Amino acid sequence: MNYNFQFNVVWRNFDALLEGAWLTFQLGVFAFTAGLFVGLICAALKTYGPWPVRLLVNVYVVFITNTPALIQIYFLYFGLPDLGIRWSNEACVLIGLTLNAGAYLTMILRAGFLSVRTAEMEAGETLGMSLIQRIRYIVVPHIAKSIYPALANFFIVILVMGTSVGALIGVDELTGQAINLSSVNYRWLEYFTVTAGLYVVLTFVASLGLALVGRWAFRVRARIF
Amino acid sequence: MERLIAQLPEFFTWSNMALLADAALMTLSMTLIGCFIGFGLALVLVFLRTTPGLWALPLRVACIAYVEVFRRIPFLVVIYLVLFFIQTVSTDVSLFAIAVIAICTYAIAYTADIIRGGIESVPHTQIEAAQAMNFSRLRTLFTVQLPQAWPIILPPAIAFSVSFIKDTALVSQIGVFELTFRGKELNNQGFSGILVFGTIAMSYFLMSFPLSMLGQYLEKRLATPRGQRRLRKIRQT
Amino acid sequence: MPHLAVSDVFAKYGKLEVLHGISFDVERGEVVSLVGPSGSGKSTVLRTLVGLTPVTGGHVDVDGTSIDYHSARAIKAARDRMAIVFQQFNLFQNMTVLRNVTLAPTKIKGRPKAEVEAEAIELLSLVGLADKRDAYPDELSGGQQQRVAIARALALKPEILLLDEVTSALDPELVNEVLDTVRRLAGEGMTMLLVSHEMSFVREVSNKVIFMDKGRVVESGPPGQIFDAPTSDRARDFFGKILRG
Repeated sequence: MNYNFQFNVVWRNFDALLEGAWLTFQLGVFAFTAGLFVGLICAALKTYGPWPVRLLVNVYVVFITNTPALIQIYFLYFGLPDLGIRWSNEACVLIGLTLNAGAYLTMILRAGFLSVRTAEMEAGETLGMSLIQRIRYIVVPHIAKSIYPALANFFIVILVMGTSVGALIGVDELTGQAINLSSVNYRWLEYFTVTAGLYVVLTFVASLGLALVGRWAFRVRARIF
Repeated sequence: MERLIAQLPEFFTWSNMALLADAALMTLSMTLIGCFIGFGLALVLVFLRTTPGLWALPLRVACIAYVEVFRRIPFLVVIYLVLFFIQTVSTDVSLFAIAVIAICTYAIAYTADIIRGGIESVPHTQIEAAQAMNFSRLRTLFTVQLPQAWPIILPPAIAFSVSFIKDTALVSQIGVFELTFRGKELNNQGFSGILVFGTIAMSYFLMSFPLSMLGQYLEKRLATPRGQRRLRKIRQT
Repeated sequence: MPHLAVSDVFAKYGKLEVLHGISFDVERGEVVSLVGPSGSGKSTVLRTLVGLTPVTGGHVDVDGTSIDYHSARAIKAARDRMAIVFQQFNLFQNMTVLRNVTLAPTKIKGRPKAEVEAEAIELLSLVGLADKRDAYPDELSGGQQQRVAIARALALKPEILLLDEVTSALDPELVNEVLDTVRRLAGEGMTMLLVSHEMSFVREVSNKVIFMDKGRVVESGPPGQIFDAPTSDRARDFFGKILRG
């Protein structure tokens, strides 16, 4: 192999990569938060809802978790215009990732819901709490603690695997920026090596932050490595 | 919507379906080959990671770093890295081979952790007994540790491979004729995006769903003590 | 020349020093027992002999040849001459009884399979378990597992058999079946070094008893002397407690 690595070009455009990394982070946080909301509703419906609703949630979860996120986003981006719905590429990535994350988070949260003992729920009921109140004051704090590590882990998955899919419909997040920049001057290997490094740093900072928050808020030890 | 319905007979032709079936086979085969080789190499990685002695410290660090790094970068970036790295070395490696290598590179990192977890679940006293009888590390791994760890390793390893079928959609980007690539091609030919990507999504579903059910079934079978004994009996014959 | 001579051996478990200069001899055909309170380092002595716990000082000689525990090859040679039976049996859970016994002789020592199997079945009948050859360890009782473990160690044809609290993990009613096996081996002239809490058994089979405390040999001698007329306060105290209790 007689390839000359030339990283100078990459450092000159490092700002652009950093901007991409920032967008990656924003996309990750947004999709995760919105997905958490979707997942919470779906998990609650799946646990406490009537059977037709449970069936519907099941279909959603099973279908999303057994098809590629990329195809889901392509469906929104290339498919919906047929119905007269036209969203920007960023919107498609965000909505697609939210729906995708929502399904996985439903599974994670559902496991948490099941870990709540019925005795505690009954205790809440005897205290005259409504279902919403019981979820708010009993279920949520309980599962926040028991499933925090799984949530933290999934955030990293969304941050890395999820957001990079956006590059394929022209969203300039980190991977997208790397593709754009390297197709100008053909320094593919250099750009992607540095990009990989940025992902490692980004996820490491994120896991560290999550571990600290977890320890502070829920007294759980989340995995940094 | 009318356009979509009008396109139906044109889209669901024998030749298009044959094309997609071929592409699905491509998706399935590259995932399975990649994950299978990745699993084998992950075993090697786990073995190297436990090499004792000070001289092997860089080796152990390298093994840990490999897993940590590749678990933290997107598969898409891995695909590009593998593609361009291989192309600087040789220009006549097929795209299919490159896709398999990328899948394998990624699968090693994930399965190595699964394998390590399984092996660590085997009590240390089993290893001591083997040591006291002069078993080499390699023989201990293959005759004592792995046979006891399979019920713990296999279900998540299978689950990973099955879920990876979906993630391989990303290799469409480098031009391998798999499902997603064919989907984009058909979409470019003017077929409705809903029709095309709905069908593609369904194709992935038809591969992923039954296989994940099979994985869950296996997990249930292997989890019971009876299942574990069964596994040994199967291995004996 | 003693068969096994342990001289001033030191050993560490991680950072903790557990043996502070242990010395004793074992003659050929002798049964030597290590006794003493828990944590006195008895089991560690056996573990260091087969290289499972690193030796940090002193030396061990077998038939006058010193074993260098820093050399992997020397440790292998030592393990060829000494076989250990563990407190928790440590049978390979994924193999049948027969395979547990035959694996090392065939695969490690490279002996012909038919010959080893015939021998293994003989050993299994010696420990009274010939009919269990195709069973898996988890289908056996603790006592049966321990007897298989003894057969497995004997199949290696060791010159010295090391027995590490072989009855401690057993239910009381299963202790005797294992002790009977050990008694029979002693009768056949097997050289054995054993760690045990079964004091009456130790007194019965041992030629020599070594009393250890806090990683040191406090005193040693024939069982009658050690049990009935210990010279040290610590031994007197220890035996006083257990014989009364």
